[in-house]
Amino acid sequence: MSTRAPSALSRIAAVFFARNREYLRDRSAMAWNFLFPVLVVVGFAYAFSGNPQPIFKVGVLLPSGATLESLRPQDSFLSTPQVEWVAIADGGSSAARESALGKLSHHAYDLLWSPSRYWVNESSPKGQVLERLLRSESPAIPRETVQGRAVRYVDWLISGLLAMNMMFSALFGVGYNIVRYRKTGVLKRLKATPLRAWEFLVAQVGSRIILLSVVSSIVYGGTHALVHFQMRGSYLDLIVVLLLGATCLVSLGLLVASRISSEEFAGGLLNLLSWPMIFLSGVWFSLEGAHPIVQAAAKVLPLTHVIDAARAIMIDGATLSQVFPQIGALAAMTAAFLALGAWSFRWE
Amino acid sequence: MSAIILRAEHLKKSFGTVQAVRDVSLELREGSCLGLLGPNGAGKTTTIEMLEGILRPDSGAILFRGDPLGQLSRERCGIQFQHTALPDYLTVREVLQLFSRLYPASESIEELVQLCSLSEFLDRDTHQLSGGQRQRVLLAVALVNRPELLFLDEPTTGLDPQARRNFWNLIRKIKQRGATVLLTTHYMEEAYELCDEVAIMDRGVVIAHGAPDALLKQHFQGVAIQMPREDFESARWKTEQDRAALQPFAMDDHVEIQTGNLDETLRTLLDAGTSLSRIRIREQTLEDLFIALTGKEIRT
Repeated sequence: MSTRAPSALSRIAAVFFARNREYLRDRSAMAWNFLFPVLVVVGFAYAFSGNPQPIFKVGVLLPSGATLESLRPQDSFLSTPQVEWVAIADGGSSAARESALGKLSHHAYDLLWSPSRYWVNESSPKGQVLERLLRSESPAIPRETVQGRAVRYVDWLISGLLAMNMMFSALFGVGYNIVRYRKTGVLKRLKATPLRAWEFLVAQVGSRIILLSVVSSIVYGGTHALVHFQMRGSYLDLIVVLLLGATCLVSLGLLVASRISSEEFAGGLLNLLSWPMIFLSGVWFSLEGAHPIVQAAAKVLPLTHVIDAARAIMIDGATLSQVFPQIGALAAMTAAFLALGAWSFRWE
Repeated sequence: MSAIILRAEHLKKSFGTVQAVRDVSLELREGSCLGLLGPNGAGKTTTIEMLEGILRPDSGAILFRGDPLGQLSRERCGIQFQHTALPDYLTVREVLQLFSRLYPASESIEELVQLCSLSEFLDRDTHQLSGGQRQRVLLAVALVNRPELLFLDEPTTGLDPQARRNFWNLIRKIKQRGATVLLTTHYMEEAYELCDEVAIMDRGVVIAHGAPDALLKQHFQGVAIQMPREDFESARWKTEQDRAALQPFAMDDHVEIQTGNLDETLRTLLDAGTSLSRIRIREQTLEDLFIALTGKEIRT
């Protein structure tokens, strides 16, 4: 018989390590977590390794109160066919201009236009074509330049894939697992021990965040070795964003699992949450230019903020202060999900 | 007389419109083994889960060593539920380690392994265990904190007779170590073998409570005579009163007669022309008592 002081930490550690073991021994789920993103990245890297699509993309810095339509009669360049025009609201502000210039620098835009001047990336062949068109229409418009190499689709995609992989693992690895525990009576058995509900939840969240960190690091390293995608920001900033994102998504999984005891219902609910995130959070394609309602809906989804922040750090070299809106949104969602999940959690 | 370890007073519990437990009061003395018996739906599991602290009663009080159920009772009680899964992908050893770390004081793994005979499959995944092995592991998990009070909810249901008897030996060992046991079971023989006291429940209330032998003496006198139904039906009774006086209890293909005067009853049967070659005389059991009190056969 051994005795020791009762410790919440030791109980949390016991459940934490048990959960880690379960995960590591569930070979099929683990293999899926590793293989899926790698296969997608490699697949896209090859699928999109040919010439880019012949579409020009021009960012338009809108003066306050103006719209694209209101500017078109004043400048015939804005009516050039075969160009996708991206209206940038509040184009007079330095923040909007800096953000747009960042996109121009990595070829997300082929040219950036404002009523008073334009910017072109000198290393962009499409930018040069557009510049010729523009100058034929407005020869006197002042010219400014930026530098920067093109961002391939795979560079753009990797942050979305990392976040999506994290989302599946967080939602299903925690949410579905807790529902299964509840259905099979494991939670009931744990309830009969001195383990408190919050200790159990902390162990679940902690275990999944650590595992997600390891998996994401390996996936990141592996895919980077294969396709050498861009990383212009700080790794530390990226880690902060991904950890916060993981905590937010795990908390959402906990909230879903807080009371449900039907695996089928939990699976349906988790799919209902995850599929809109896959399509609306910018994993596969940018929502820039999408209907404002769709863009607003995307902001409600935690994955959008994870991807936006991670992408800004990786592609634009943004710092934590520059992605503060996303971090703030994630922190608020995490707090809300955790509080609601802990409050509504039932062992049975 | 030993101290009361658990006291329940006027417990009531409903699920929607179904009143599962209507009014149950129990006392459990330290070192004793109480069997909670009853047909399906009698309220046994609801009662035991309220006593374990898993379900909250609608009304009534439960005191463990004089205090309401709480952290102390969770630390000092062991529970084997009727249906329990173990965490996936863990070996028996890892399951025991997991649960032992949840308690401030715990039994050594070696001691549990020896007590519950787990050494053969200690490093096996819990999904690869037979029914008997699994029940032994679940019992070991319930014993991991060396509980003062052990709850066993139908621990041998589904086990073959040999595994059941092995399990009984285990419970006896645990009783010898001084643990108090509260057990629910469908097996009357099990209750008789293991329990110092039994409480028979029906329709949410305790209808009889006491030591098994005392209850049998209280409710039965003498022995039971069993005979084929056709023999009883074809007997030539002198009067219908003779037949009715035997108070036969029909059970499928045979009839059972309980009597405190075996000689006289046998004489009555002989006088009616029944053959004694096919009768069986046996002592009354808890099962007889159960059926007499609940009017139901035991179902599993």
